[in-house]
Amino acid sequence: MDTITVNGNIIEWKDGMTVRGILTVMKYSFRMLIVKINGEIVKKEYYETRTVPKGAEVNVIHLMSGG
Amino acid sequence: MIEIFSKNVSGMTEKLSRSTIAIAGCGGIGSNVAVSLVRAGIGKLIIADMDIIEASNLNRQYFFIEEIGKTKVLTLKSRLENINPDCEIISYHKELTRDDVSGIFSGADIMIEAFDKAESKQWLIEEWGFLYPDKPIISGNGLSGCGNFESIKIRQVGNIYFCGDGVTSFEIGLCSARVAIVSNIQANLAIELIMNSK
Repeated sequence: MDTITVNGNIIEWKDGMTVRGILTVMKYSFRMLIVKINGEIVKKEYYETRTVPKGAEVNVIHLMSGG
Repeated sequence: MIEIFSKNVSGMTEKLSRSTIAIAGCGGIGSNVAVSLVRAGIGKLIIADMDIIEASNLNRQYFFIEEIGKTKVLTLKSRLENINPDCEIISYHKELTRDDVSGIFSGADIMIEAFDKAESKQWLIEEWGFLYPDKPIISGNGLSGCGNFESIKIRQVGNIYFCGDGVTSFEIGLCSARVAIVSNIQANLAIELIMNSK
């Protein structure tokens, strides 16, 4: 099975998997996020189109209001 | 100036005096971070905010009751110049946008994300991380509520540093001490990164 790592969790990788697909698999429903793939920022307007390579390390951080 | 920093850690004053830090937002996070950085001896700050001081800000922000109705950024600038007149303070009273990251903030060595709304935090971190992947950005993320000190931490993802508990949001209320703790973790981290830089 090909995999990627999302916030330290190993999940199955599928060809053509997008950032949005990962968020769905991980059940991350939060709107305000920072996403990095292999250390590179992915802006929110590219969540639907940016595909994730096999073996990628993905970080997803939830942003909280308050300051 | 030398007398102000006579109690500083050895070597700190010289290094900080050559550094520039940007602070986006001058509210609970920004006003507290700015004061700590100027007291530490930072050479130049770029500060920006569009808000006016309101009574409800005084529970956590570095302003006084007679300043209600004044602009936050100019009031803060005056306060900082009263701590160290040799610190160069560049101030902007404006609504910040993505374009400001490559504009007014472009000369900074480190960015302090000091917004209140998660939407604003998102575009700032995205834009800074995209344009300047080698420069640190230090975000305040989860500083609401009170107590629960053990939950506050720094999460590093490359050159992005998230300070806070990562889960609390402003709807539960904000407490002076907890906001100041997270703000000063951000300031302390910025100082540490500068001290460890070449």
